[in-house]
This record gives sequence, C-alpha cells and structure tokens, in this order.
Amino acid sequence: MILLGIESSCDETAAAVVRNGREALSSVVHSQIASHRPYGGVVPEIASREHVGNFPVVTAAAMEQAGIGWAELDAIAVTHGPGLVSSLLIGMSGARAIGQAINKPVWGVNHLEAHLAGIFLDPAAPPPTEACPLLALLVSGGHTLLLDMRAWGDYRLLGQTLDDAAGECLDKGANLLGLGYPGGPVIERAAAGGNPRFVDFPRGMEHAKNQTTAEGLAIEMCFSFSGLKTALLYYLKKNPAVRETHLADVAASYQAAVMDALALRVERGLAATGARMLACVGGVARNALLRQKLDETARRHGARLLLTPLAYCTDNAAMVAAAAGLRAQAGLDNPPALEADPSLPL
Amino acid sequence: MPRNRQSHVTHSAEETRALAAQVAATLEPGAVLCLHGDLGAGKTCFVQGVAQGLGIRRSVGSPTFTLINEYRGRLPLAHIDLYRVRGAADAFGLGLEDYLSHYDGIVAIEWAERVAELLPEESWHIHLTPAASDNAREIVIDRPAP
Repeated sequence: MILLGIESSCDETAAAVVRNGREALSSVVHSQIASHRPYGGVVPEIASREHVGNFPVVTAAAMEQAGIGWAELDAIAVTHGPGLVSSLLIGMSGARAIGQAINKPVWGVNHLEAHLAGIFLDPAAPPPTEACPLLALLVSGGHTLLLDMRAWGDYRLLGQTLDDAAGECLDKGANLLGLGYPGGPVIERAAAGGNPRFVDFPRGMEHAKNQTTAEGLAIEMCFSFSGLKTALLYYLKKNPAVRETHLADVAASYQAAVMDALALRVERGLAATGARMLACVGGVARNALLRQKLDETARRHGARLLLTPLAYCTDNAAMVAAAAGLRAQAGLDNPPALEADPSLPL
Repeated sequence: MPRNRQSHVTHSAEETRALAAQVAATLEPGAVLCLHGDLGAGKTCFVQGVAQGLGIRRSVGSPTFTLINEYRGRLPLAHIDLYRVRGAADAFGLGLEDYLSHYDGIVAIEWAERVAELLPEESWHIHLTPAASDNAREIVIDRPAP
C-alpha cells in the first residue's frame, strides 16, 4: 500500500510518500520557523498563509522524489487534528482536491497517532505487533502525554501535562533567557558545557502522591511545568546578571529540570505497566539529554528504547502516511477526512 | 460605562484559584474575562480557578499551542491564549470575533491586550502581578459595575 501523507497542523507544511506504513519513499518539510522567529512562536495567520503557498511545492516535490506516478497511490492521508483549524484546513482542502482529481480516498489522521508512527519509520524497529505493549512518551510544543499502547490503534492515557507542554516550557524558558525560538534547540545549544546542578529548579509535583486528576489520571504520572517556568522567572529577577555571567549553567539547569521531570514519569510508567518497550516521540525527542536519560531509565527496567529517527521527530508527513498505513495493516478503518478538529483526542 | 475596580493579594496558586472560583460564581453567560500579566504571572492558574467555579471536571491546561480550548460546566468555558498572536490582524480567522460577540458561556483570554481593539467595552480585565514574596500575586479585577 502506497500513501501520500500531508501535514499542516502547525508550523510545518509537509508531504511524503510511504509504503506499507514503514518505508518512507520521500519526505519533504517546509518549516516556517524562520518567519515565526521574530514573534517567539507560531503566528496562526502567517501559518495558514504560508501553508497555502507551500502546499503545492512540497506535494510535487514529495511525489517527484518518491519517483512514482499519481495512479500508484492507494490513498491520501492528511492530518485532521489536533492543531490550528485555519492551518489544518489548508492541508485538508489540498488533500481532498488531489483525492478528487485522482479518484482516491482521503483519510483523516490523528496528529498524535502520527507521532507514534514515527518510531516505525526506523527500519530496525520491530513491527507494532511485536513492539506492543509499549510505554510511549509524546513530547512536543503542544503536547506532553504518557501512553500505554497495547496495540496499534489501542491506547490508554496514563498521564498528561496539567498546564504547559514540555516544548512550550522550553520555548517560554528560552524567551525568559533571551535565547530566541524554537526553545528546545536554542536551550540545548546554550546549555552545552554548563553545570546542570547550578540552580536546583523544581521537577513538578515531586511530592504529590495518591491523588488523581479530574479525569482520573494518577498525579504521579502527570506533568506540571508552569512552576518551573515561574521558578526561572524569579531566579532571573533575583539574579539579573546571570544571563551574562552564567547563561550556560542556568540553561543547563533548566533543561535538566525539564528532562528529569519527563524521565521520572517514564520511570513510574515502566514500573506500573511492566512494559518491555519504551518509545519517545515528538519534537522534544530530538533532545540529546532526554535521549540519554531515557536510555538509562530503560536499561534500569530491562526495557528496549525505541527512538524516532531524528528527521521524523518534529512535524512531518511521513509519520502521517505511516500512521494510516499501520492502521490499514492492523485491519483498522481509516476515517474519511471530513472535518478539522482542533482538540481531537487520541 | 461605570466600572468597579478591586485589588486583591493572594499568597499561593491555591488562593489564586479560590479567588477566581468566587469570580466565576458571579458571571453571566457572555462574560469576557481578559487576563493580563507577564509569563509566569498566573493567568492560566486563574483560568483553572474559573473552571473550578463553573463546575468543570477536567484538567485545564495551557492552550498556547491549540489557541482555543473549550470545556463544559455549569456554563461552557472557552479558554483562549493569544501568546503566539501578534495583533488583531493575526487573530482574524481564529473565530475570535464569534467568541466575543455571541458565545453562550464564559470567554477567558490570556494576553488579551494583543487584540485590544477587538475586546468588548463590557469586558472584565484581570491584571496579575507578582508581589513581594515568591508565590504572592497582586490581582486587580476591573469589571463593569453591576
């Protein structure tokens, strides 16, 4: 089965061709990060305006690089949520136009499930049937989720952030440190050589026990990053000179607090589920310190760590086509891409 | 339009949420709450309290990425975050106008000053400022006179 994937839920306009949910024949991403940089984040109106211009370019490039003709496609898979409605609609309209022109179905893909598909784009990864049950940490600018994946398409939410997402925490911390955007990479660069124990930042609800959220999630499995952001704010107010004198140390301490907080919940998730496989997906999965901490955590629990190939961590369309392809292989239906849903749950 | 301005000091996130829950109890459908304050001032925390006061039984996270999150309670709540929006021109197309003109619940907007020209005259304005000690906040509530 050969699918054309399309992604436009946030910054990136992307198209890709994927065979059998596992093999990316092409993956083209046009990022708007440069045009968003002056504003410290995604500006939705710019996002949708740029998606309109980028869509035909990335789609044509993905088909050309894959070296296949339109008639060889079995279907088109497009992200239909969650994301910015104005941006989602561009990808969905484009996908439907292509679908009509070549008379092929257009399937809606959940962006979060697409991130999970990223690990299976690594040819060395076992197929979902062997990888599950699996504990997955999904960490990006908009999401921080801990999931128990029993099979492809069968997920149980174990924990989520109660306030800011991990990537958002890095973005806002970078803003406070005067480092620019996107926060993850600029903090990682600034932290190089810094002392991660220079400031003892909070890891978020370390002492909360035996409580549940309104949805019935155990607090121990949930994340909270707003206290960390506020702690950095106060620290910088009290020590205004550190931006000049100890930038690397403060950035390293802040980064370590974010990654420790993530690794701690993963540790609890492994202990609670007994999963033998651990996956980390989403843009923050590119972070080298997080990869190292998760590797150590997995070893302690005798679990195998599956990492998304670096090229498929941040938003891309190969993971979108892969997600739909894996559903088809698992005998699950792919829904038609009818409506954009900004808060589509997994 | 006559307005009423009250200043409060809270000493913890819990106190901020409790104050916000009291405010929520007095709100009528269509009320627009504009939240002002820097990163870390407690805007999302205040909206969490409003949600509690409306009887919403779901975790209220930051909508910085999704821009608009909606919740169902005694009254529905639309939680909007304009952190990533530069001005009214950028906000066009988000559906913000619909929320501001005819929403049958409560609209809470973080970084509302970025679309100042779109905000209804009868909006509530809530200004959060860190006070002397770490978790204390000065919260000024500027509302239309009842």
